[in-house]
Amino acid sequence: MTVLALMFGLGLGYAAIRFRVEGDPMVDKIDAVLPQTQCGQCGHPGCRPYASALAEGSAEINQCPPGGEAGMRALADLLGRDPMPLIGMEDDSAEPSPMVAVVNESTCIGCTKCIQACPVDAIIGAPKQKHTVLEDYCTGCELCLPPICPVPECLTLRKVKPTISRWKWNLPLAQETEQAT
Amino acid sequence: MRRLWNFPGGIRLPGFKQLSNSEAIRNLPVPERVYLPLRQHIGAEAKPVVAVGERVKKGQLLAEATSFVSAPVHASISGMVIDIGEHTMPHPSGITEDCIVIESDGEDHWYSALAPLADIDNATPAQLRDAIREAGIVGLGGAVFPSAAKLKPPRSIETLIINGVECEPYITCDDLLMRSSAEVVLRGCLLLQRILNAGQCILAVEDNKPEAMKKLRFALDIMINADEPGVKAIELVGIPTVFPAGGEKQLIKVLTGQEVPSGGLPYELGVVCLNVGTTAAVHDAILLGRPLVSRIVTVTGSGIKSPGNYRVPLGTPIHVLLDAAGGAEGEAELIMGGPMMGQRLTTSQAMVVKGTNCILVNKPELQTMQMPCIRCGRCANACPMKLLPQQLYWHARGKTFDKLKRYQLDSCIECGCCNLVCPSHIPLVSYFRYAKTEIADQTFKHKRSEESRLRSEIRQERLERIKREAEERKARRKAARSKPKVKKTAHPAEEDASQTQEVSNG
Repeated sequence: MTVLALMFGLGLGYAAIRFRVEGDPMVDKIDAVLPQTQCGQCGHPGCRPYASALAEGSAEINQCPPGGEAGMRALADLLGRDPMPLIGMEDDSAEPSPMVAVVNESTCIGCTKCIQACPVDAIIGAPKQKHTVLEDYCTGCELCLPPICPVPECLTLRKVKPTISRWKWNLPLAQETEQAT
Repeated sequence: MRRLWNFPGGIRLPGFKQLSNSEAIRNLPVPERVYLPLRQHIGAEAKPVVAVGERVKKGQLLAEATSFVSAPVHASISGMVIDIGEHTMPHPSGITEDCIVIESDGEDHWYSALAPLADIDNATPAQLRDAIREAGIVGLGGAVFPSAAKLKPPRSIETLIINGVECEPYITCDDLLMRSSAEVVLRGCLLLQRILNAGQCILAVEDNKPEAMKKLRFALDIMINADEPGVKAIELVGIPTVFPAGGEKQLIKVLTGQEVPSGGLPYELGVVCLNVGTTAAVHDAILLGRPLVSRIVTVTGSGIKSPGNYRVPLGTPIHVLLDAAGGAEGEAELIMGGPMMGQRLTTSQAMVVKGTNCILVNKPELQTMQMPCIRCGRCANACPMKLLPQQLYWHARGKTFDKLKRYQLDSCIECGCCNLVCPSHIPLVSYFRYAKTEIADQTFKHKRSEESRLRSEIRQERLERIKREAEERKARRKAARSKPKVKKTAHPAEEDASQTQEVSNG
């Protein structure tokens, strides 16, 4: 018995060292579900910190408005928690439409403040040169908007223009006469 | 006689073809304005090469292709470019996309620089393919995939199939094309065969078009008697009328007995399949030097006064076409395409594009009441792709998208057979379309979020590196000065340094 216990103990001890997992796999899994806007609306400085907080259990799953209803449900599934209404969306409103930032090139003074604020390097430019937003990379996180941008009416958000290739059909209204209940 | 196979499922449908196939193709008068979208094809949007205010002639290049899978756009009438901007597209969403608008000058001059390819007999396949690419030819059966890209398969091709099946009810544009220009279609076949170096070319026509078959046979016999090179490899095949025999995968099954693997493409079997309209356009491009600027459109249905086929300049607003066909009677539903696979349009302000084969105007039918699914399995029997529509419906409603992938939703060709046979009148295809676009959107968003994650991680690393370097610099300077009395860190200065560094990096 003692020999067996020792053998298993040694085996487990070896395995703990040999198959040691770098980092926290749970945080990676949660991070993969988050929308990566890095917007900080959850109160954490980016998506990964929020993922860590969720893994620790110190944050709720409804703090991520960009992830929408689907994102919250995915988190609920992953963490085995109950779905709850998203913050700021208790009134059951529709999914927010995707937004991108635009620099008004006639008013931009080239202060580089938005460039420093952008969490995904989606704004390019140099001091005293006009800046511009790379629309394909902008996550619409709002971190560059005034008061970060010191010029009024310079940095604004606008809706992403819908295209046929990205247009979605609606779920047909199930108007069944009766449900088998 | 060629042996024919059956494809699974499918249904026999009333044709309603006699509504529109009794009269010859009429030419639509040149419209006042045409709206030519920069994207009328699958792939990248074309890039305009003309400016507002420029005078253009019919056939002149307006926008050039931007990648391998893309197609240029040519002026379909002569006149002046009056606008390059957003206009309503022929799509159920009514979304606007960028179009080049030409106002007609009343004349109908072809662009003078146009010439047929010199020395056609000795042209290489690559030269012929380039001519097709430059002519802006895309699949005219409705899929609008750039033809030049399709004609460059990564393996050798044994069989070229020319699709003259036209299995959807009501549509007769290919029928009329084959009747009026049989020789053009056959010469197009010869050109395509040369490009692909295919051993055989099968021209398939559904057996509900005896007139077209007769004309093709007659033209082919003349060409065989004249002993034209390559013409003996062309085989005319009549196939039974079952919907959707004209679907690419179904037609390949009927003619060769082979099945295109799920998620695969026909070239993997050594087969390339093109529509007869596309074939005729290839002929016009190579032998006449004419880019794709017009197409034949069937205008038909119970709600139109004089149905028929029209040769329409691309970009013509649909209401102009409807007026030419006597106008719509009362309240009518507008469908682009056929009754099975077509898409409902919300406005007749949208234009005819390269993929518009039919405008169907039907009087609205009585709404059928949708009932619960009773799992009778009729949809599964009718499905030509051997899918299980009742399962797909269930999971689409429940939004369990991972299950939909397992049930091969991607393979659904949206033919509408399941819709039609469903005794509970469930609009199954609408559910599948919803789920497909929703999955595509999620995949897109996931890709974007992966990119964002990478960019944010790289940024974090860079910021840390800059900070570290600044500290190291400071430490070195301190060591060089060897004055230990200065306090250890000077935060504000450091941050300043890192910020300027970062900006110059950006």
